[in-house]
Amino acid sequence: MTLAELQFQMPDLRLASAEIFVLFMACLVLILDLFVRDGKRTVTFLATQLTLIGAAVVTLATASNDVGFTFSNMYIADLLGDVLKLLLYLTVIIVLLYSRGYVLEREQMAKGEYYVLALFATLGMMVMISANHFLSVYIGIELLSLSLYAMVAMNRDSIPATEAAMKYFVLGALASGLLLYGISMIYGAVGTLEMNAVAERLMTMGYQGERTILVFGLVFVVSGIAFKLGVVPFHMWIPDVYHGAPTAVTLFIATAPKLAAFAMVIRMLANGLLMLAQDWQTMLILLSVLSMAVGNIAAIAQTNLKRMLAYSAISHMGFMLLGIVTGVVGGDARFGLNAYSSSMFYVITYVLTSAGTFGVILLLARGGMESDDLNDFKGLNKRSPWFAAVMMMMMFSMAGIPFFVGFFAKFSVLQAVVAAGYLWLAITAVAFSLIGCFYYLRVVKIMYFDTPVSTAPIEAPIDMKILLSANGLAVALLGIFPGRLMSVCHYTLARSLWL
Amino acid sequence: MSGTPLLSLAIWVPILAGLVVLATGSDRNAPLARMLSLIGALAGLLVTIPLYTGFDMSTPAMQFVELSPWIRGFNANYHLGVDGISMPFVILNSFITVTVVLAGWQVIESKVAQYNAGFLIMSGLLNGIFSALDGVLFYVFFEASLIPLYLIIGIWGGPRRVYAAFKFFLFTLFGSLLFLIALLYLYMQSGGSFAILDWHKMPLALNAQTWLFLAFLVAFAVKVPMWPVHTWLPDAHVEAPTGGSIVLAAIALKLGAYGFLRFSLPIAPDASHAMAGMVVGLSLIAIIYIGFVALVQDDMKKLVAYSSIAHMGFVTLGFFMFSALAIEGALVQMISHGFVSGAMFFSIGVMYDRAHSRQIADYGGVVNRMPKFAAFFMLFAMANAGLPATSGFVGEFMVILAAVGHNFWIAFAAATTMIVGAAYTLWMYKRVVFGAVSNHHVAELTDINAREFLVFVLFAVGTLVMGLYPQPFTEIMHSSVNELLRHVALSKIQ
Repeated sequence: MTLAELQFQMPDLRLASAEIFVLFMACLVLILDLFVRDGKRTVTFLATQLTLIGAAVVTLATASNDVGFTFSNMYIADLLGDVLKLLLYLTVIIVLLYSRGYVLEREQMAKGEYYVLALFATLGMMVMISANHFLSVYIGIELLSLSLYAMVAMNRDSIPATEAAMKYFVLGALASGLLLYGISMIYGAVGTLEMNAVAERLMTMGYQGERTILVFGLVFVVSGIAFKLGVVPFHMWIPDVYHGAPTAVTLFIATAPKLAAFAMVIRMLANGLLMLAQDWQTMLILLSVLSMAVGNIAAIAQTNLKRMLAYSAISHMGFMLLGIVTGVVGGDARFGLNAYSSSMFYVITYVLTSAGTFGVILLLARGGMESDDLNDFKGLNKRSPWFAAVMMMMMFSMAGIPFFVGFFAKFSVLQAVVAAGYLWLAITAVAFSLIGCFYYLRVVKIMYFDTPVSTAPIEAPIDMKILLSANGLAVALLGIFPGRLMSVCHYTLARSLWL
Repeated sequence: MSGTPLLSLAIWVPILAGLVVLATGSDRNAPLARMLSLIGALAGLLVTIPLYTGFDMSTPAMQFVELSPWIRGFNANYHLGVDGISMPFVILNSFITVTVVLAGWQVIESKVAQYNAGFLIMSGLLNGIFSALDGVLFYVFFEASLIPLYLIIGIWGGPRRVYAAFKFFLFTLFGSLLFLIALLYLYMQSGGSFAILDWHKMPLALNAQTWLFLAFLVAFAVKVPMWPVHTWLPDAHVEAPTGGSIVLAAIALKLGAYGFLRFSLPIAPDASHAMAGMVVGLSLIAIIYIGFVALVQDDMKKLVAYSSIAHMGFVTLGFFMFSALAIEGALVQMISHGFVSGAMFFSIGVMYDRAHSRQIADYGGVVNRMPKFAAFFMLFAMANAGLPATSGFVGEFMVILAAVGHNFWIAFAAATTMIVGAAYTLWMYKRVVFGAVSNHHVAELTDINAREFLVFVLFAVGTLVMGLYPQPFTEIMHSSVNELLRHVALSKIQ
């Protein structure tokens, strides 16, 4: 190896300035928190929110229509990254605001570390979103996961939370192992792990000779992705973690990481391994149908709302995958843009709806009590007609009933499925949606038809009430005017995909 | 009036009024909520009147058309318009909303604002269904209208309301989901258009038409409802509050029938001809078998619910005989049934509010205590039985007449309803109204008050005008129905 080859090239830090900013600020908040005497950690909270707002400003300032690479092509700066990151900041801001009251009421969690961990998790997701290398995806996942493990376990004295953290950690570690193993296979077959290079090599060399190794590696990569998305049969952790984790952390897990996982699917499968689409699509069809089946049917049997929403999340991720599996039909990627953008729309609207749903659960959880049992929602309409209406909108949206945004999410994905000619898949999907509708309707029934157990009025900070109301209105308004957001998804992917 | 977006007003005025009513909040403001709802409902009716006065009867084309882009990515448009088939239903629906608000005036005491808002919002959504010319827009209104009715049955309904509300929602959703797939398929086949009128012209292979027809059939048959997917209706009717039953019978059941005319017949004409026999068979089963089922009911609401199914059997029977007389007869029957069944459910509601029972056996001799009520109830019972000079007669007669030309035995089978229908309605009337006062509950009954009188008069005028002089109604439909028939006669197979 000559000296010239060893030459160190200074990466273009400007492209990754948002990540650098968040990293710097996360460390700063950690130090700042040492000097905060206030038990409420107001300064830490505000500094964290300001960091996220600052990150949004940085992202907006550095955003461009061009695609840029840095860190030896391990990092990609493109429109998809920018859009998803902006949505990510927004989600985390909402999540932290919703969970503020809940966190304050629990001594173990009311610490600065909660916010710092949230920032590091955000950083991990940002890395996942902007990864152009299989290993940078892996780094992002690990940073996210390790932060989440700690957040789940933060309420140390809670046995279910500790158990959930343990399960999450063990299964998460296993999934990371699977992913790494798959990545190593792909490296063996292709000789590079940079996504664009992998795609190019696969294009030129085709399947020749390496097919067995490639597909073998692909199985493990898909398993790793499936674990992160939480689709059947890699869903075992979802119900336990959603249920056991403190609701504030469940809210976090149920929202932001879905955006990052979507980015991961697009970057790894739809960009890097596009040539293997036929193979991974077949796998994902299976995962998707199984998820819709297991998720929707198991959710009916739940009496705990968090657990029910966990199964609902499984079914939703299965539905979202329908858009991914219909991108390439018979070696023709003509439908890809339409299909992937429908999935992107689905994920974004799901995150919005999911945030609102857990927001209402957090709203009801007062005085250190949880209120995650279905019966806690009895007669909510009498206690607070407005927030019952917000929850109802969330439920109808998740069930896919118009005029709520969830309908158009399902509509656009189904449209992609029908366009690709998979009529049977579309019919399967709507059949499971019908089953799923039952348990969402049940929540509405409990809120509206049943008599309340408690008549205590709902107390919450005004900022949370305003944000939650805005969240509800957003679900309704996007359900009436979904066109703009759909166009954004379409445009973003058109600029970023490598079809 | 061409500049005014009349159809948009017909949709959004009630919905906005509903939101305003919701904002009045708790029951302390109930009188205000009632007033606002009545104003909203009247305003909603008022804006639909120019639809009739400004209607051009000579053309089958869509009128009062509004078109603006909605979701560009899917080429879905906010496309509204009515023809002679859909226009009467927009007015009927807005009219029924007024009666519903009046019907619940004193009866509903808890969550008054939410109750009235539910009906106003539903009224707007139903108008949207009848005037949508875009597949997505139609579907969105079609499904969204389930939400208010689900809540109305579930919150203000009877003891088994939860079961009834779920059954209603899931049954109808089941139908409409297949319909959604059919819409997406048509979107692909037409090269990216959701315009219903484009689909009418689009050639389709018989195989595709058959599948589409079946998907439509499931959606609309559940909604109509046709035998054997009718079982949700008696449950929903029995548990729903009076207002809910009125809207369900008067308007919601018409959606399925309307769907046949807007989707099944023109989009899949060859399949419609091929499968007409099946639909006719199902309709006859509804007319005859469900008629007998109605005969043995001891719950008045259930009886009227089954009689609704039998009457709707006439509608589907009329559609699938492919003649102008039959289709117009079916449409007249739809409108008439809107008045008559609405009035029947209101009558039962009036008795239920006083005696808190719907069982026929709990009554007897009502006429002794409620003579005015008995007179009105008599009129509507007669109309339900299809007595000449009431609206109930006109539609059934036209359909039977057309059936004679089509096939004598079909006409014969359908005509038995004249006997069975009279039997179950009048027998119920006799047991409830005539005779001596049977128990102390009946003895305590008080006759109808001014508000109830007003509602009865509204229904009675509709019933009698249609019965005595149906021509204005058929005139409106005439050119649209002829155009539809001309279209259905052409094969789409290429």
